[in-house]
Amino acid sequence: MSAGKPGLIRLLGLLGRDLSVVVGRRHLLGHVDIEATPGLLTAVVGPNGAGKSTLLKVLSGDLAPQSGVVFLNGQMLSAWSAEERALQRAVLPQTPELAFAFRAWDVVELGRHPHRCRSTRERDHTAVSKAMCLTETFDFARQDCSTLSGGELHRTHFARALAQIWEPRVGGLARVLLLDEPTASLDLFHQHAILGRAAQMARAGAAVLTVLHDLNLAAAYADRLVVLAAGSVDAAGPPAEVLTRERIERIWRVSAKIATNEDGTVRVQVSRSEAGRALLRDLP
Amino acid sequence: MRDPLRLRRRVVVAALAGALLAACLAASAVGALRIPLPHLIAAIAQCFGIKMGRPASPIEDAALFAIRLPRVALGLGAGATLGIAGAALQALFRNPLADPGLIGVSGGAAFGAVGWIVLGASAPAWMHDPFSTPLAAFTTGLATAAGVYWIASRGARSEIATLLLAGLAMNALTAAGVGYLSYLGTDAQLRALTFWLLGGLGGATWREIWPMLLLMGVAGLGLLSLRRSYDVLALGERSAGHLGLNVELVRRATIGCVALGAGASVALTGIIGFVGLVAPHLVRLLGGPSHRFVLPASALMGALLLVLADLLARMAAAPAELPVGIVTSALGAPFFIALLRRRLAGSVT
Repeated sequence: MSAGKPGLIRLLGLLGRDLSVVVGRRHLLGHVDIEATPGLLTAVVGPNGAGKSTLLKVLSGDLAPQSGVVFLNGQMLSAWSAEERALQRAVLPQTPELAFAFRAWDVVELGRHPHRCRSTRERDHTAVSKAMCLTETFDFARQDCSTLSGGELHRTHFARALAQIWEPRVGGLARVLLLDEPTASLDLFHQHAILGRAAQMARAGAAVLTVLHDLNLAAAYADRLVVLAAGSVDAAGPPAEVLTRERIERIWRVSAKIATNEDGTVRVQVSRSEAGRALLRDLP
Repeated sequence: MRDPLRLRRRVVVAALAGALLAACLAASAVGALRIPLPHLIAAIAQCFGIKMGRPASPIEDAALFAIRLPRVALGLGAGATLGIAGAALQALFRNPLADPGLIGVSGGAAFGAVGWIVLGASAPAWMHDPFSTPLAAFTTGLATAAGVYWIASRGARSEIATLLLAGLAMNALTAAGVGYLSYLGTDAQLRALTFWLLGGLGGATWREIWPMLLLMGVAGLGLLSLRRSYDVLALGERSAGHLGLNVELVRRATIGCVALGAGASVALTGIIGFVGLVAPHLVRLLGGPSHRFVLPASALMGALLLVLADLLARMAAAPAELPVGIVTSALGAPFFIALLRRRLAGSVT
């Protein structure tokens, strides 16, 4: 392990510094600093086209930024081999793909692929079945994925991501979980269930970073909120501090009421008439 | 938890292996000279130094070892290679319609073979050998596949959709070449090249078959070693990368092995359609899409289909024989259409 070498940033989790992405003439990201800290659930929120998905691509190593670096557990992302990366971080894409009619169990088992030379059959089996129980996908484990609903399929892929980083890493490296709009295709119960599980992973020491659209879900589950607007970070911090009436109106162009729940979390209320008034105001 | 599918896969593999053995025995026995089964078994046992039963007559012996067995061996090798190559390409393209011809290797091989048949007539005498046509087909097939990969790659990366389109373009180009060469050819050459294009297992001798079988074996083992990677690849290239898979390496190895195997097989047999497409489909219907099963089972299924098709081609018009490519396409296409219709009926949307 090279974590002891001098000159390395010894920060666990995922860390992006000064990330910029330019495609053609469009600045998709400009000098973004972001971190996913072990033990915390970080939510990236922002309007359409703010660069949330681009940021996730950069953080997961799919897209090389024009400037800036990503550190995974204290070492530059590109310095890890693809397999070493896969052992410490899992990614749930917005629209997971699946060719051929694999069964749900087989899909979740693919999450164990990076461990194939290191793990035992029993350990893999435990990780897969527990991940499926946590995501309530075990009931259709033997069912062909082409017969599942969109939400069931999405939960199956979430279970795959959980199975991939099921065991805490030896050597003190933090596990990283990246989720791209994980609640988009889920019903109300499972929206809360999936974020609850993600928060649970964070409590267990993983660094969880998720892109979310629903500000209320973000406020309820995230420890830290990062507001992305037009490719740069507008604000970052605890949801109660970040979600202000002024900011929501400026960035999402709706006027909203901020209310406080009994447990101290905040919720954002937008009524139809208020949203409509904001739209009317934008008309020439 | 016990997995019912695992047991089923074992049964399917065992059944395919049994059926293949039976088909090989039948293909060795049936023909212009019928060899009774006890003679056949005795003759084969004798090769391994075992004496049993009544030995075969010298004529039967000669027919078996010089004509039948090379033919069966070629059918086995070519069928297995087309089956496993089809399964691997379908996994790589994540598309059940992929076929070894897609990366240009068959079209290129056809161009090479036809080129040799038409233009080779004016080559110096020392170059004329039964092995010349396969060699020309093999090298141009490989070169065409390499060209397809080169068109679709930039630096160390290639793109799967571009690969597909590049394959289409190269196939069109080689088809134009074959068309032009057949326009140039004499009547005799035209007949020879037509037979080559229709595909057939006859006429090859051990001398030509051995090296090609060796190449097919290497390619088949190479593809087989990637079986787990193909499962991961079903999640899409991006997710496969997130799971630590070197997607570009898998792509290169797959195209290399398919070109090598399919090139060697096409070089000896000519164009044989539908085996590479249908075998993986059948296998997936029988035992699910896991490539740890689909790859070896497609090899068995491809071999079974081709040996049976060849048997049919010899029996249908005996004592003459049909080109086996006609049989595989004539039976494969309606069967495939039936599969498609079934799939349409089975889906809800």
